[in-house]
Amino acid sequence: MLGRTASSLFWMARYMERAENLARLAQVGHRVSIIPDGMGGYREDWKATLASAGCLPAFEARGAKLDAATAQNFLLFDRAHASSIRNCLENARNNGRAVRTALTREMWEALNSTWIEFAAIDPAEVGPGRMVELLDWVRQRSGQLRGAMLGSLLRDEGFHFCQLGTFIERGDNTARILDVKYNVLLPVNEALGGERNQHQWDTILRSVSAVGAYRYFYRDRLRPRQVAEFLILRPEMPRSLRFCCDFIAPSLGALAEMTGGGAASLALGSALAAELRGTDLDTILRHGLREFLQEFLGRNAAISGALATDYHFD
Amino acid sequence: MRIAVTHTTSYHSDTPARAVQALRLVPRSLRGQTVLSWQVRVEGAGGGLRYTDAFGNAVELMASHGPTTSVVITAEGVVETEDTAGVVGFPPEAVVPAVCLRSTALTEADDAIRAFAATCRRETALATLHAVLDGLHAAVAYETGTTGSFTTAAAAFAAKRGVCQDHAHIFIAAARSLGLPARYVTGYLLTEEADAVAHHAWAEAMTPDLGWVGFDAANGQCPTDRYVRLAAGLDAAEAAPVRGVRLGAGSETLQVNVGVQASQSQSQSQG
Amino acid sequence: MLKTQAYNTGNDTVCFDEMLRADFSARECYRTLFEWLQRQSPSGIRAKQAEADAIFRRLGITFAVYGAAEANERLIPFDLIPRVISAAEWRFLERGIEQRVRALNAFLHDIYHRQEIVRAGRIPSELVNGNSAFLPQMMGFDPPRGVYSHIIGTDIVRTEEDGFFVLEDNLRTPSGVSYMLENRETMMHLFPELFAAHRVAPVERYPELLRQTLQSVAPSGCDGEPAVAVLTPGIYNSAYFEHAFLADQMGVELVQGSDLVVEDGALWMRTIRGRARVDVLYRRIDDAFIDPLNFRPDSMLGVPGLFDLYRAGRVTLVNAPGTGIADDKAVYAYVPDIVEFYTGEKPILKNVQTFRCSIAEERGHVLEHLEELVVKEVHGSGGYGMLIGPRSTRQQRADFAERIRANPGNYIAQPTLALSTCPAFAGSGIGPRHVDLRPFVLVGDRVRVVPGGLTRVALKKGSLVVNSSQGGGTKDTWVLED
Repeated sequence: MLGRTASSLFWMARYMERAENLARLAQVGHRVSIIPDGMGGYREDWKATLASAGCLPAFEARGAKLDAATAQNFLLFDRAHASSIRNCLENARNNGRAVRTALTREMWEALNSTWIEFAAIDPAEVGPGRMVELLDWVRQRSGQLRGAMLGSLLRDEGFHFCQLGTFIERGDNTARILDVKYNVLLPVNEALGGERNQHQWDTILRSVSAVGAYRYFYRDRLRPRQVAEFLILRPEMPRSLRFCCDFIAPSLGALAEMTGGGAASLALGSALAAELRGTDLDTILRHGLREFLQEFLGRNAAISGALATDYHFD
Repeated sequence: MRIAVTHTTSYHSDTPARAVQALRLVPRSLRGQTVLSWQVRVEGAGGGLRYTDAFGNAVELMASHGPTTSVVITAEGVVETEDTAGVVGFPPEAVVPAVCLRSTALTEADDAIRAFAATCRRETALATLHAVLDGLHAAVAYETGTTGSFTTAAAAFAAKRGVCQDHAHIFIAAARSLGLPARYVTGYLLTEEADAVAHHAWAEAMTPDLGWVGFDAANGQCPTDRYVRLAAGLDAAEAAPVRGVRLGAGSETLQVNVGVQASQSQSQSQG
Repeated sequence: MLKTQAYNTGNDTVCFDEMLRADFSARECYRTLFEWLQRQSPSGIRAKQAEADAIFRRLGITFAVYGAAEANERLIPFDLIPRVISAAEWRFLERGIEQRVRALNAFLHDIYHRQEIVRAGRIPSELVNGNSAFLPQMMGFDPPRGVYSHIIGTDIVRTEEDGFFVLEDNLRTPSGVSYMLENRETMMHLFPELFAAHRVAPVERYPELLRQTLQSVAPSGCDGEPAVAVLTPGIYNSAYFEHAFLADQMGVELVQGSDLVVEDGALWMRTIRGRARVDVLYRRIDDAFIDPLNFRPDSMLGVPGLFDLYRAGRVTLVNAPGTGIADDKAVYAYVPDIVEFYTGEKPILKNVQTFRCSIAEERGHVLEHLEELVVKEVHGSGGYGMLIGPRSTRQQRADFAERIRANPGNYIAQPTLALSTCPAFAGSGIGPRHVDLRPFVLVGDRVRVVPGGLTRVALKKGSLVVNSSQGGGTKDTWVLED
């Protein structure tokens, strides 16, 4: 497999996963903005939404007023914003197009039709009523690509590069959401009888589509400790950091075995997975939740970098 | 005459980059010259690929292993020459003379060159070519620093000055405009003055009876036994002894050193 | 739904129809299709057409229209009604095409060696040696098996029952073969019963035959199974889909210039395991761009040193550089002579009469008869830079006359051909539309003409321009077996 092909598969999967995560964040932002805050206004918090999406600095650089319309347009349609959903879908599709032969027909059709249909949308015609529907559609299309990949792609190197793109991006996204709201998850919140923070915890879970899963798993009301544990350490939760690493490390292992290379990325990935498996929430809180999340983001990015070097991405 | 040549080309850059070079640095034995010994050494790049191109030049392709900051190419050898009044004849090569009527970007004749060429037309091809040689030598002064490697024949002719490359290009443009096949030749010149440039270029044109004949318009003469012929092509870009592509950012500096001397033993035997 | 009277009154020019004779009876090879068409309802056909369009859109068969930046992705219209060719007609075409591609390959070998045909005075030296499509760098080189043009798409038009003419030879990098294959898949999916009612020669082996052809011309020093790769300029090229499709179907890598490196006297591609050898490169990049060291130095698409490797016999380039000289529009006029010179036979397929504006006498004729002629630029393609005399305005003709006088060598002219028509679904009903035919030929260890090809159709009523960049569509092409 060409180094460029590996790179394109990795980034195709990353961009599609990013589009899905952005859609989820935009939905949560939209939902929060229509819930009354009990003080005559709304709970609106687009700043946190953009921060979780990792694009607050880019938005602020524009100097535009931050409201539902500008935030949503920035997240969904902005051509000049590298990580708008529009650009993610286009990048995913162009990466796929550049390595068309490495994809199955099902995958290519999912990618291509998603981009063609999205590109045909006129942002001006997407009112608040259609926003939720559109974001649902983006998430479904990401699921469709992933389903096509799982169901049709040969389990060779290409599959593992797709997996790595997906889970490195997903881990990054979950860690970023936690990082933006880490303060409401600190134990002190519960000690203060933090009912007031209930909706914040709810928002965090929604940002990773985990409200139902949480209730099903814990059979309990929302508690910050459990929310943190669920999203960081639970192997059952498919967007937790632990879960992502449990997929990253084996794919790195498989690639190393298939190619006889990849030592640097494998070492980084295995170490991170082993540490997440061997730790618990108390240790993390003692060490500092913020510090832990920052370190995770850095190490996750380092794996991505090592991968590019190991497998001659350019 | 026995002539010894040492020709060093070095490329240096600050940022490492991959370098690929095609070398036309091996003279061949033909009428007027016999190559007694010759070798090309390259530091900073690997070779392993040789072939003979359409003009009969021996080409060697060099490529660096990964990015590099310096490539040094040294060609060295001894050639036995004799004075044939520039006649090269019909050396074995694939191109047919008619190909050498094609103009290239560097050798395109303009109205001025065509008008000049028209005044040189004589009874025979050979006489015509000598008229072009003499006319050009008189009309275009040898002057360094006024033209560059991308200067066209037309521009140099308009400026009335240039170096050997320009003289050769104008000669070629003029000859072709008269329907006489002509081409560019690189080589070495053993000069009388110690500080004169030893790397040289001139033109060859086709005459029906003698075959290819060399014309050095810069010096107003046909090549003698003081000339070593290296490579031929449609213009300077095609016949270049070293042609390279650098794959990467940054710029590079190029340095060329050529030493040509009458070989010791030869000098002695000639007294 | 097909009403024979209505069909033929739609035929505004008097020309040969592939399906119906003047007395409204169907030609033999179209009988089944004709009867089937008469049974179809307009709404049924429309529904199928919509289904076909959806299939193609989904497949991402897109085509960049030059100069229309906003609409750079556009579907080539697909017409549902197949074009049918009888077994006997095909045998004739096959023989004619094979004769022609053998002669043109022999011509290429000759002009890059001793140029016997020039010495014999059968073609002017200047036309060959002064031609920009002629590559002096190729002289004296012997490509594996002596083949220069391995992949050819011969453009053929028909004017009457026995009147087949070659319009262009396309010996460089002909495109369109992916449409031939996708069109067939789509037809088999949409109309299994109609397909089954004919004995249609299969085309789906094309990718396998292409791979065999490519491997058969590997360099002589290559040991083991030759490694093949397809070189594309990248995703912004109008034919990118086809490059990807062919690589995929052959099971070989699709590479860009940046994936390749010349090192240690060989061509390598950069893979996740380090470098891997390439023996045969099917390049879909024009000559000028394949190697910045030897050709255009500003090319970002090629590989420095690739041509040196090729000349040294370490890699095979398909098609060979410099094949364009044999499909040059000015050389075209000499192809009948070329066929006779190298085969000693009369050409089986006719050439369209061609006037060379470089020759004073012929230029005079062209300038006097602009209204009847099609004038083409020698190096133009895609239907651009063309004057279609009968459909031109006085002003356009005056402009062209001026351009011809200013640069006569750049123009040729041909009589306007009454291209045959074929039934096409034209939105409201079925009507005759002008078509051409591009069969695909492979030349390696032997010559293979795939039974079928790309039928291009001018969907605009009365239009003679079938190029997809100017509103042309495509059809599936059914070659019937006996």
